[in-house]
Amino acid sequence: MLTISNLHAGIEDKKILKGLNLEIKAGEVHAIMGPNGAGKSTLASVLAGRQDYEVTEGSVEFLGKELLDLAPEERAGEGLFLGFQYPVEIPGLSTTNFIKTAVNEIRKYRGQDTLDAVAFLKLMKEKMALMNIDQTLLSRSLNEGFSGGEKKRNEIFQMAMIDPKLAILDETDSGLDIDAIRIVSNGVNKLRSKDNAVLLITHYQRLLDYIVPDFVHVLYNGRIVKSGTKELALELEEKGYDFIKNEINEDEEVSIAEKH
Amino acid sequence: MNMTELFKDQFAQLQAEDKDSKLSALREEAFSAFNKFGIPTVRHEEWKYTRIGTLFAKDYKSQVSGQVNFSAKDVDAYRLPGHEDANELVFVNGQFADKLSTIRSKDLTVLHLAEAAKNEYSEIVSKHFGHSSDYLKDGINALNTAFVKDGIFIHVKRSKIIEEPIYIYNITDAAAENILAQPRSLIYLSENAQLQIIETFATRGTEDSFTNQIMEVIVEKDARFEYCKIQNDSANASQVSTTHIRQTGTSYVNAIIVSLNGEIVRNNTNVVMEAPHCEAHLYGLYFQKGNSHIDNHTIVDNVMPHCFSNELYKGMMDENSTGVFNGKIFVRQPAQKTNAFQSNKNILLSNNASVNTKPQLEIFADDVKCSHGCTIGQLDEEGLFYLQSRGIPEKIAKSMLLVGFASDILDKINLPHIRTYVDHLVAERLGN
Ligand SMILES: Nc1ncnc2c1ncn2[C@@H]1O[C@H](COP(=O)(O)OP(=O)(O)OP(=O)(O)O)[C@@H](O)[C@H]1O
Ligand SMILES: [Mg+2]
Repeated sequence: MLTISNLHAGIEDKKILKGLNLEIKAGEVHAIMGPNGAGKSTLASVLAGRQDYEVTEGSVEFLGKELLDLAPEERAGEGLFLGFQYPVEIPGLSTTNFIKTAVNEIRKYRGQDTLDAVAFLKLMKEKMALMNIDQTLLSRSLNEGFSGGEKKRNEIFQMAMIDPKLAILDETDSGLDIDAIRIVSNGVNKLRSKDNAVLLITHYQRLLDYIVPDFVHVLYNGRIVKSGTKELALELEEKGYDFIKNEINEDEEVSIAEKH
Repeated sequence: MNMTELFKDQFAQLQAEDKDSKLSALREEAFSAFNKFGIPTVRHEEWKYTRIGTLFAKDYKSQVSGQVNFSAKDVDAYRLPGHEDANELVFVNGQFADKLSTIRSKDLTVLHLAEAAKNEYSEIVSKHFGHSSDYLKDGINALNTAFVKDGIFIHVKRSKIIEEPIYIYNITDAAAENILAQPRSLIYLSENAQLQIIETFATRGTEDSFTNQIMEVIVEKDARFEYCKIQNDSANASQVSTTHIRQTGTSYVNAIIVSLNGEIVRNNTNVVMEAPHCEAHLYGLYFQKGNSHIDNHTIVDNVMPHCFSNELYKGMMDENSTGVFNGKIFVRQPAQKTNAFQSNKNILLSNNASVNTKPQLEIFADDVKCSHGCTIGQLDEEGLFYLQSRGIPEKIAKSMLLVGFASDILDKINLPHIRTYVDHLVAERLGN
C-alpha cells in the first residue's frame, strides 16, 4: 500500500529525514517509536503533504501513485489520513461544518455523490456513538478551547467519518486518560480490515496493548534503525532508547573501521 | 471652476434661497469653519494615511436642493432583503427623497430636518445638531453642515419599541456626471425607546461619486440603539461617513460596520458616554481588494463612571488594498471604573496590501480597566494545511479560514435577513 524509499527531507538547511525506508501492506498495523526530535512528526507531515518540508531525495508510492506529486487534499482523496500530534485550533469554523465539507470534498474527489444533510447526520450519529463524542463539542469552533484529550478524540472521530485507507496517527494517545485510550483504540480497531492499514506514532507501549501492531520500528536520527514485532516495543519500554543508540554507534564504528 | 469656487457659489445661492431656515445660521458658521480648516491633507493628524484631497481635484456636481430624478422602481435594485417589513428611507444624491420612502412603524416619526428645526422638536435640534463637530475638527465635517438643507430627523417616543428596522439607502446617481452627495440625519431615541437601523450605499453609473455623510444619534436613558452599516459600493465611489452617537442616559449601543468595497472609504464612529453605566459595542469588518482604501477612526469618550465599551475591528486585505484603523479611547477624570476594551486584527492576503493600525488611549481617571491590542498577520498556514489534509481544496480551505476569522463580527448582526445578505456578500468577495 505504502512504499517509502530512501526518503530525505528537511526544512531550510536542516536535514531531518535521512534515507528512510518503510513498507506497509494492506491489512497491517505498524508502530513507529523513537526519541524526541527523531523525525517522526516530520515523516507524518511529509507524507500528508506539508509544504514547509522540502523533499530532497527519494520517493513514496501510495496505492500505485507517486504520493509526493499530489497536493495534500489529493492525498486525502486517495485515502491518506493524518491524525495530528497538535490539532490546529480554527476559530469561527464549526467542527460539524468542517467535517461535512471534508467528507463531501473527498467524495467529490472520488467521483461519489455528496452526502445530503440527512445522510450526513446519520453517519455522524453513528460515529459519535462509536467515539463517545458529544454533540456540543461538534457544534463548537474546530478544536478551539478543546482539552488535549478532546482534540485527540476529535481527530479519531474525523478519521472514523472519513474512513481512510491508511491512517497515520501521530501520538494520538498522548494526553489521553485510560478511558479515552480505550475509546480511541476501539475506534482504530474498528477501522482495521484487510484493505486498510494504520501507522501509529507513539512513545508508549501502553497503546500497543490495545492496538496490537504487526510491526514495530524505531526511528532514530531520520532513519528507521530497527524493526521488529510487538516485543520490540516492550524491550524499548524497559531499556529506553539508549540500547538502540549504543547498537548504532557500534555499527557506525564498525562501518567506519571497514572503510579504513 | 475648481471645487472651492464652486462651493462658494453654491453656498451663496443656498443661503439666498433658504434664508429663513433655522439652519441658515448653522450653515454660515460651518462654512466659515470649512474655509478655515480646508480639505484635510495628510498633514492633518487624523488624516495622515487617507488622502482625501485627490477626490476634490475631481469636478463634482453637488446637488443641494430640488427634485431628484429617481423612481420607486429605480430604488428596487437597491432594496435589502426583508424590506417588505422594514421602514425604508431613501436618499438620492444626498437629498432625502420622502416620496420614495416608506414608514411602516406607527410609532416612528420621520421629518425633514428643516421642519423639525422649527416645530416641537426644535429644542432637540438646537441642542444636538452638529455635536460631531466638537470631535471632528476638519473641513469635511464642516462641509456637510455648511450645505445641510434637507436632512432627516428621526424621533422615537418614550418607551416605544420600533419592531421594524429602518433601512436607509444612500443612492448616488452618477450616470451622467460626478456627484458629491451629503446626506445628513439626526436621530433621537427617547427614554426606554428602541430602534435598529441598517444602512447601505450604492452608486448608479460609472462616473465618480463621493458621499460625505453625517449621522448624529442621541440615546436617552434605558434606550437601545442598534446600527449596521454595509459599505459595498462600487470602485468609483468614495465616502466619508460619520456616525456620532451620544449616550445622554444610561443606555445600550451596538454599531457594526461591514466594509467590502469602495475607492476611498473613511468612517468616523464616535460614542460619547455622557451618563454612568452606559454600554457600547463597536464592531467592524473590512474585507478589501483592488486599490480600495478603508479607514476606520473610532472614538469612545468615557465622560461618566462605570461605562463599558467593547470594540473589535477585523480586516482582511487583499491585492493592493490599504487599511487604517485608529481607535481612540478617552477616559475623563470623573469616569472611574471605566471598562474599555479595544482590539484590531488584520490578515494581509497579498504582499501589496497594507494596514496602519493605531490605538490611542488617553486616560485621566485612575481606577479603570482598559486594554487594547492589534495584530497584523498572514493567513494561518497551519490551519490551511490542517484543512487541506482533510481533503478540502486550497481555495475552499482559505475561504473557510477567512469566514471563520470574520464570523465573530458577522455573528453580531442579529437580523437574520441582513446576516444572510452579508454572508452572501462575503462569499461573493471570496469568489465562491
Ligand atoms: N518547522 C520546523 N522548523 C525547524 N525545525 C524543525 C521544524 N519541524 C521539525 N524540526 C526539527 O526537526 C527535528 C524532528 O522534529 P519532529 O517533530 O519530526 O520530531 P518527533 O520525532 O516527532 O519528536 P517528538 O517525539 O518530540 O514529537 C527536531 O529537531 C525539530 O526541532
Ligand atoms: Mg512528533
